[in-house]
Amino acid sequence: MTLLSVENLGVVYEPADAQARVRSVRDVSLRIDDGEFVGLVGESGCGKSTLGYALTRMLRPPARLASGRVLFGGTDIASLSGERLRRMRRRGFALVLQSGMNALNPVRTVGDHFLDVLRAHERISKALVRARATELLARVHLPATTLRRYPHELSGGMRQRVVIGLVLALEPRLVVFDEPTTALDVLVQKAVIDTIKELQREVGFSALLISHDLGLVLESADRVLVMYAGRIVEDQPSADMIRDPVHPYTRALLGCYADPRAEHVRVAGIPGSPPDLSQPSGGCSYQPRCPLAEPGCGGAEPPLASIRPRSSAACYVTTRGASS
Amino acid sequence: MHPIVRKLITFVVTLWAAVTVNFFLPRLMPGTPADAALAKLAGNGPVSPAQKQAIEDTLGVPHGSVWSQYVSYLDDAVHGRFGVSYTYFPASVVSLIRTALPWTLVLVGFATVLAFVVGTLLGVLAAWRRGGGMVGAKQGSAVDRVATVGSTFTSAFPYFWTALLLLFVFAFKLNWFPIKGGYQADTSPNWSFSFIVDAAFHSVLPAVTILVSGLGGWLLGMRNNMINTLGADYVTFAEANGLRGRTVALRYAARNALLPSVTAFGMALGLVVGGSLLTEVVFAYPGVGYLLYNAVVNEDFPLMQALFLVITLSVLVANLIVDLLYGLLDPRARRA
Amino acid sequence: MNAPADPLATPIAPVVARVRGSRLPRPLHLFLRAANTVLANRMARIGAGILLVMVLVAIFAPLVAPYSPTDTGFGRSLGPSAAHWLGTTGSGQDALARLLFGARVSLLVAFAAGVLATAIAIAVGLFAGYLHGVAEETINFVVNLFLVIPALPLMIVIATYLPGRGVGVIVLVVVLTGWAWGARVLRAQTATLRTRDFVAAAEFSGERPHRIVFREILPNMVSLVAASFLGAATAAVLGEAGLEFIGLGSPDTVSWGTMLFWAQNDSALLTGQWAQILAPGLAIALLAASLSLINFGVDALSNPRLREGVAP
Repeated sequence: MTLLSVENLGVVYEPADAQARVRSVRDVSLRIDDGEFVGLVGESGCGKSTLGYALTRMLRPPARLASGRVLFGGTDIASLSGERLRRMRRRGFALVLQSGMNALNPVRTVGDHFLDVLRAHERISKALVRARATELLARVHLPATTLRRYPHELSGGMRQRVVIGLVLALEPRLVVFDEPTTALDVLVQKAVIDTIKELQREVGFSALLISHDLGLVLESADRVLVMYAGRIVEDQPSADMIRDPVHPYTRALLGCYADPRAEHVRVAGIPGSPPDLSQPSGGCSYQPRCPLAEPGCGGAEPPLASIRPRSSAACYVTTRGASS
Repeated sequence: MHPIVRKLITFVVTLWAAVTVNFFLPRLMPGTPADAALAKLAGNGPVSPAQKQAIEDTLGVPHGSVWSQYVSYLDDAVHGRFGVSYTYFPASVVSLIRTALPWTLVLVGFATVLAFVVGTLLGVLAAWRRGGGMVGAKQGSAVDRVATVGSTFTSAFPYFWTALLLLFVFAFKLNWFPIKGGYQADTSPNWSFSFIVDAAFHSVLPAVTILVSGLGGWLLGMRNNMINTLGADYVTFAEANGLRGRTVALRYAARNALLPSVTAFGMALGLVVGGSLLTEVVFAYPGVGYLLYNAVVNEDFPLMQALFLVITLSVLVANLIVDLLYGLLDPRARRA
Repeated sequence: MNAPADPLATPIAPVVARVRGSRLPRPLHLFLRAANTVLANRMARIGAGILLVMVLVAIFAPLVAPYSPTDTGFGRSLGPSAAHWLGTTGSGQDALARLLFGARVSLLVAFAAGVLATAIAIAVGLFAGYLHGVAEETINFVVNLFLVIPALPLMIVIATYLPGRGVGVIVLVVVLTGWAWGARVLRAQTATLRTRDFVAAAEFSGERPHRIVFREILPNMVSLVAASFLGAATAAVLGEAGLEFIGLGSPDTVSWGTMLFWAQNDSALLTGQWAQILAPGLAIALLAASLSLINFGVDALSNPRLREGVAP
């Protein structure tokens, strides 16, 4: 069953200085089914966080939804406002922010946070809150004593887990994880990702994992979307993407990972830099950096073309000859 | 070391420093301090032997080393022996201060705290109305503009000018309030109801002066703090979790924005004291400010020095209270 | 008042645009751009306007004033009239002339004390933030000492004992009590910047401490220094006014605070000579207010969230 359906979404940043207007998400369409774990990968500034915020109705001025629509469980989320929107945060969509470091109120204990979150949506006694909170903390592998702690008394990894626990309290159907491990060191990263995977399996919510780390996402997600310059350029199940990356950008990203056991490793980066989204050029936005670029690439942005039943990529060259 | 212990030590050391400054200042001038004082007094007319004696007692005709003078000065200070006033001879300095201090503490204490509370609340409102980037709130607002501009003006006007203005308009022109004093000139302080009412009436204009002068600063400070906190991740996360707007504004944003305001309150106490001093002078209100003014005008050194110490002590105590209050508000400051 | 001002349309924007491509020295470039950002704020514009008027009055006082400020030939304690808009003082001087010439002293004190206090604050603050250990602790303690002891009583006590009276004494006293605030702010910021990578890089390449402080750290704190200067200048204006009002200035000085002193002395409140109290008082208040208003714009330099036209 389709849970989330995004159709031709466009998000624009419009600061007062009109020259700095940027279309940060352009013509994005995607689908997430019930219980699916989807990854969204891209470099800094490609619009992935903006997309995540758009999907959870957390965009703030000067950003706004410019075109397209987002259907959550059949409802157009743009039509929600005020109290209806607030209620949608429970058993609806949820957002886990980048760096749980700062997502917790410094003057309230962990227990207070659970109290606030649970009581925002139902009348519930303190004792019951404590019981539920203890249970949720256990799910994210934190002891019950954590309830009495203030955020500054916890480590970064622990705070991130508390954040995940709070989100679970809302029994969401979709959780958007915006770079949940970026500010953590590698060992803690793995632990947090493992916890996320485990919870997703157990509880069964749909997950959208946003990250710049393609390797991390490929290990965790069922399906991966690659984003570049505000557009989705590839959409494949993880196993297929590892085996056969289609878009030149995806190939280049995978090429950045070296086998630590290999004898000699040639490290290749991606030359050039991402385009300035306030100056949209015609044609494929990856063209300036693409080793396979042809004159025909300069015409119009390539649309997402299907090459296999569940895989598609936005490239004229590499999708040539595939069934449409 | 425990933060409270640290604060107490700072308190004692600062007090000691103030006393030491008090001791050394007169001695930094050429000649003996007594000479300087006598010379100034002599400029106004012949000096009586009693006054000469009082001066020498207080400022010390140097006998013994500076160190022994210092030690005896400290001893005097600790025991509250501050000598006799020239102006109100032979009243002791301590008795004069004891009469004046309560008036100031009540007036300034009450008005300042009120200014802080009201200013802070209005600051929260102004920031909230500005739209603070919260999802669903309206952008920009008249309330914010008016509050901000108004505050900038009222807080930039010096206390004594606001005092003069209020005095001119409400006392002189409109005759709604008395022109000077803490109570009617022909009565003497007592605890009767009519006196208290009379005193309260006399303190309205000075209190309003302090209130109006201080409020703007707190409003602006809190508004700016709120704007910063409203952009913080924990506010975003709270919204994302569906907490009600008011809960987020108060328990998440305002509660954190309050912390720098409390710190600023402690730091601003010195300024408030200065402003209140001048306010008392304008209204001839019988507090320590007016007493200090008279001491300066009459070059009454013992009184002046003692007042300096008392005022400094009051500010230090107030600071200590604010520090402790901050410790209650911010769990991060409680580290043992 | 509803739409945010276009941030580029300040009075000095044309100047900034012309300078942009030219080859003027970089500090001037940066100054103009900073001034542009500050002036984008409506309140800063108002403050700058008021200040400009006062500076002009101070410079052109001899041309604008009807009489000399020290001329005592007029009748004493006269009320406002066509010949004397603000009346005359108890010594027979024209009050309006005194008001106009008084701008010179107040502006001089504000500027001189502001500069001196800020210079000390920079020296103390930057070195205290940069150093470690006992030196830092000691400096910190001294700074806190000056901050906690209430300023006006301290100024009064010091000024009373200093020999002589006059603007010099007042500037000295104001600077003594006014440097600490800026020092604390700058120290805190320096301590933060000190841990940044570019400072470590400078240290590794062998730069000496005072060069690091002035060439690496200071340029990052320009807006704080500006705010510090404006704050010190404001405090100086008010401190001077307060001291002169109480009688600790020289009675011969032609300044706004002394005008208040004499008005109080000559019982202007009782004789109804309110113009001589309200006019200098208003002038002092406006000067202090203008500096504070400009400071409002300087806040926007360091905190982009407060800039006009930019969303939080």
